[in-house]
Amino acid sequence: MSDPLGSDEPMHGRGSDGRPAGRFGASLRAVSQSSRTGAAIGIALLAVGIGWVLYQALSKGLGSTGNLPSFILISLTAMSLAGLYFLASSGLTLIFGLMRVVNMAHGSLYLLGGYLAWVMITQLDVGWYVAAAVATALIALVGLAMEQIFLRWNLGQDLRQALITIAIALLLADLMLAWFGGMAQTIPAPEPFDGRVDLGVYGLAFSSFRLFIIAAAVVVGVLLYLWIHKTRFGMVVRAGIDDGPMTSALGVNVRVVFATVFLVGSGLAGLAGVLGGTVLSLAPGQDQVFLTSSIVIVIVGGMGSLTGAAVGAVLLAFVQTYAAVYLPSGWGPYAMMLTFILVAAVLALKPSGLFGRSTA
Amino acid sequence: MSTYLLVRRAVPWVALTLALLVPPLLGTYATSAIGLKTLWFGLCAVSLTFLAAYGGMISLAQMGLFGMAGLLTAALQVQHGVDPWIAAGTSIAAVSLIGLLFGALASSSTGVYFLMITLALAMISYLLFSAVPAFGLHEGINGVFPPSVLGDPVLEPNTIYYFLLATSVGAYVLLRHIVRTPFGIAFQGVRDEPPRMAAMGYNPRLYRTLAFAFAAAIAASAGVLAVWTNTRMSAGSVNLGVTIELLSAAVIGGLWRLEGAWIGALVFTILEIYGPGFTDRYESVIGLVFLAIVLASPGGIMGIATWLDARIRDRLAGPSRAVGGSGSDPPATLGMDGQAGGGHR
Repeated sequence: MSDPLGSDEPMHGRGSDGRPAGRFGASLRAVSQSSRTGAAIGIALLAVGIGWVLYQALSKGLGSTGNLPSFILISLTAMSLAGLYFLASSGLTLIFGLMRVVNMAHGSLYLLGGYLAWVMITQLDVGWYVAAAVATALIALVGLAMEQIFLRWNLGQDLRQALITIAIALLLADLMLAWFGGMAQTIPAPEPFDGRVDLGVYGLAFSSFRLFIIAAAVVVGVLLYLWIHKTRFGMVVRAGIDDGPMTSALGVNVRVVFATVFLVGSGLAGLAGVLGGTVLSLAPGQDQVFLTSSIVIVIVGGMGSLTGAAVGAVLLAFVQTYAAVYLPSGWGPYAMMLTFILVAAVLALKPSGLFGRSTA
Repeated sequence: MSTYLLVRRAVPWVALTLALLVPPLLGTYATSAIGLKTLWFGLCAVSLTFLAAYGGMISLAQMGLFGMAGLLTAALQVQHGVDPWIAAGTSIAAVSLIGLLFGALASSSTGVYFLMITLALAMISYLLFSAVPAFGLHEGINGVFPPSVLGDPVLEPNTIYYFLLATSVGAYVLLRHIVRTPFGIAFQGVRDEPPRMAAMGYNPRLYRTLAFAFAAAIAASAGVLAVWTNTRMSAGSVNLGVTIELLSAAVIGGLWRLEGAWIGALVFTILEIYGPGFTDRYESVIGLVFLAIVLASPGGIMGIATWLDARIRDRLAGPSRAVGGSGSDPPATLGMDGQAGGGHR
């Protein structure tokens, strides 16, 4: 392993054969002991946070003059953000889990997907749903091309692959600035979802497109789960994650599996971009925001875990949204501190993430 | 052959002499626009290169740490009227402690995981700093002047140029020294064979953490020098784009050789200054150069130089000595294992 870029030394002491590597084997008992204390601290932190938010929400009673109505709206907003985050990060974690490729251009694919749909809808008069489907498909193909041209022949050199995708992200960011300008753009929401729906409590109304995002995230999540866990192809993917060389030796064409997963993962980024461009906005820098969020989610949830991506997305979205609203006045600017605490706590307790596969 | 070796040995001294001659030969504009930026950008890049070459850790947090130190210095000087030297010392110490914390969090991971975690830490710090009013939000803090000894960086950049040059040479010499100390040797051992090092009683995480904190101190010094040079800094000057620019400069120069940091910074600065004269898309050009380097010559410019050096030595040594003669410098181009260069010696 004299080769920093080429070495794919597994993290956290899991040897390439899946056993805990020797260096941590001896201290395993100590680790599990300390992680129990750590888990207790983590749960306590979480409880304090939830308690504080609930206190803020409920302290003025349950009536319509209290804080409960706004709490409901804020929570729904957080949920829709979580949906968006999940769509963006599930592709990243899927690709990572199978291929050990951290696609640093994932945020760029997100933004490019949004821009493509925006051009089709506002300048070519294409319907929203068609544009969303076409943009998703195009981004899937862009991702596939990226994998076939740049990554395929660097398999296993994960740092080099990360550097390649960083270079592509740098290139795409500048090209998108050239093609689509620096102004923030928003995609108009499609027909039945362009208004607000009555929630039926406290006379509240909520953006129906945000509910659409939540639904889309749930549908995509369920489909991905069924695909990975219930189909033959998913079985091959999971086998590839566990032991690529062995799966290959058993006659599976791993390259086709890799290409398919990259296609789907990139497409998810494109789809998230279309939804994000409709509910938020498309502007230079959004690629960075979504790359960062996705990476934070993957770190928190566990690299390569779909469940982890869902849990991480919910945690991050709620922490960010509640922090912006419920921190004591004057603390607002420090809201990002809570995201840091979230990441730091997870890394300190379980370096592989909440649902990460690891033995150390 | 001896002529070639003499020439080769003279290269660093020639480079240093050229650097010393920049202010008298090229004038104020080049000194300030190219010279100063190359030096502080290179100093920040070398903190990344040090971790990458000797620890196998590609950190994306260096620009974030750089920005923290710069913003802290700026806030202390401008808002609290602290003496520049004391502000600088305080910031570097504080950022080293933050580096210790970041290192502790990230050092249980290696390779691409380490890269992701440092990126997340840096971006969270960036977002935090860009939201806190005390650090000037997106406008940043202006009017941060260096100690009066160093003169006015805008009107008369020569003094601060030589100060930056001295700091850079000092950092280079210090790093070259550190990798030869028992600590540095153990750090390289941790890079190559963590399980064996652990079996011998070294704690790999501790070494990674300490080295990370040390690199944080270097990045912090670069941040202080940058804020003194530019007399201002905002959180926006350390966003993800700049983080990636730093990485691309380090990769272009050569991620496995300390010298590569300044060479990459020089190439990057020249592209940045003269690029817009030829094309509006000079960032794309930087991206393409970066991509080409990663694909074709992961050792960067220093890798190509090392490879050429080995070729010439082989040629000069002749067929009889070719086998043993070129052993010290493995070709550092196409194969990823060609990174060796300074890393192993």
